[in-house]
Amino acid sequence: MLDARSLALRRKVVETMIAGGRGHLPSALSLVEILRVLYDEVLRLDPVRPDWPLRDRCVLSKGHGCLALYALLQDKGFFPEEVLSTFCRPGSLLGGHPERGKVPGVEASTGSLGHGLPIGLGYALAGRLSHADYRTFVILGDGECDEGSTWEAAMIAAKHRLDSLVVIVDYNKQQSYAGTSEVLPLEPFSDKWRAFGFAVAEVDGHDVRALRQTFQTLPLAAGRPSAVICHTVKGKGIDFLEGDLAWHHKSALNSATVDQLFAALKG
Amino acid sequence: MRNTCLNQVHELARKDPRILFLGSDLGAGTLQAFREELPEQFLMEGISEQALVGMAAGLALEGRVVYLNTIATFLTRRCYEQLALDLCLHKAKVRLIGSGGGLVYAPLGPTHQATEDIAILRPLPGMGILAPADATEMKRLMPTTVDYDGPLYIRLGKGGDPVVTPDEPFVLGAPVVLRSGRNILLITTGTAASLALKTADLLAASGHEPGVLHLPTLKPLDLEALKAHLAPMRAVLTLEEHHRTGGLGSLVAEVLAEESFPVPKRFARLGLPDAFAEGYGSQASLMTACGLHVEAAVATVQRLLV
Repeated sequence: MLDARSLALRRKVVETMIAGGRGHLPSALSLVEILRVLYDEVLRLDPVRPDWPLRDRCVLSKGHGCLALYALLQDKGFFPEEVLSTFCRPGSLLGGHPERGKVPGVEASTGSLGHGLPIGLGYALAGRLSHADYRTFVILGDGECDEGSTWEAAMIAAKHRLDSLVVIVDYNKQQSYAGTSEVLPLEPFSDKWRAFGFAVAEVDGHDVRALRQTFQTLPLAAGRPSAVICHTVKGKGIDFLEGDLAWHHKSALNSATVDQLFAALKG
Repeated sequence: MRNTCLNQVHELARKDPRILFLGSDLGAGTLQAFREELPEQFLMEGISEQALVGMAAGLALEGRVVYLNTIATFLTRRCYEQLALDLCLHKAKVRLIGSGGGLVYAPLGPTHQATEDIAILRPLPGMGILAPADATEMKRLMPTTVDYDGPLYIRLGKGGDPVVTPDEPFVLGAPVVLRSGRNILLITTGTAASLALKTADLLAASGHEPGVLHLPTLKPLDLEALKAHLAPMRAVLTLEEHHRTGGLGSLVAEVLAEESFPVPKRFARLGLPDAFAEGYGSQASLMTACGLHVEAAVATVQRLLV
């Protein structure tokens, strides 16, 4: 069962999507608890100083999940609430994929997949070189793990023994066309990350307590980057979205559908 | 030229702790002295150009100035999207050092020949493009690359190229006059400068007074200066070790097409044809086989003068 905060954040996500008339809603909904726990309890941040040098870096590599990131950043005070209603509008800070330098708190411009881990690797290595103790979190989609650049970066991170780097995979088991097991199987997924030199944990990505406990143990092993595989449900929290591939790129919602979305998120 | 460039990175890194050298599985012993002296500023990674460009972007966004070196084709063709998004969109201070611009790697075949690098980099917002003519120019140029606000591409020639540039301070974006002339202007970039100068010698022997203008910076370029050089000329030939499409010749054609000069001009582009280079051999022999040689240049200018 989702608690009140999880439901409230989801309502924010849906409101933002409706304001823009589009958005990758199911991909955002699978991320809500991961981001919530990170931003509420794990990341060292100061919303008033988004470029604070000692902040933890959090890169949403699956940029199409940005509706959830925007909801959390706004909730934390990185920008005012009214900005959410400008989503994807002309001149808005908030696009369908997040851009660094435009949205306070966004650490990398993502959207094309396979870019976030290499960039996050650079952040982590820079921290090592300058003896700064910040950590770098990179949130990957599961479909994104089809990209070779992700695994190139994984090998380099392991070589440098970057235990300040944490990969979090939103493993919702669906990509655009079909299930990951059909389009390009990832299993044995944890073993792959282990074989690439990561210490790995698996967790229910909607269980706030379990996520908290796992993140509290980071790094999972000294001298190795961590990978937290979060088992999630695409569209989590809105029953008629869960498992429905047609919603991945959905836009042009009618008022009945909008009512259904909010009805599903009543506390 | 390559050694000069890499040694310059070493020298600059000594003075500036922000500077990092990042290589992608380069030859054994490359910059060994750098590695021993400044191990914290030297990274040698695997054959993973896409991830390395992203990693370089991440390092640069954390305040480093990253010089990333590997073979030019791998730095441009292979990871084009990383150049566009990780470097240009983020305005990351990464300097791409592309070994083997043009047909340097003639015997290694088309996989290693960087013949459209300039064409594909020119439209990328904020990507600077440098193609020095010789090692001395490279040495003058390198210090100006440290603080450039955005990504840069530095195209390397083979090395041992004749020194043709004047010993004047390097100004990013400024055209360099290699020879003053009247009516005829040969415009060149990179190591094709020596081809342009030989062409000018032959034209001079038959009574002409050709000028030679070298563009070591293709972007950002001082367009007003280029227009001023073009204005009085009647015949303009571009020479480049690059496809005719999208490089220096296209750049000059764009200026000529958009600007209404009082003096009418004839114009031609000498460069590589729209094909992968056939055959191997030496850089010089392959250039000749591709129609990039002094006789062709002279004949083209003579045709423009008819």
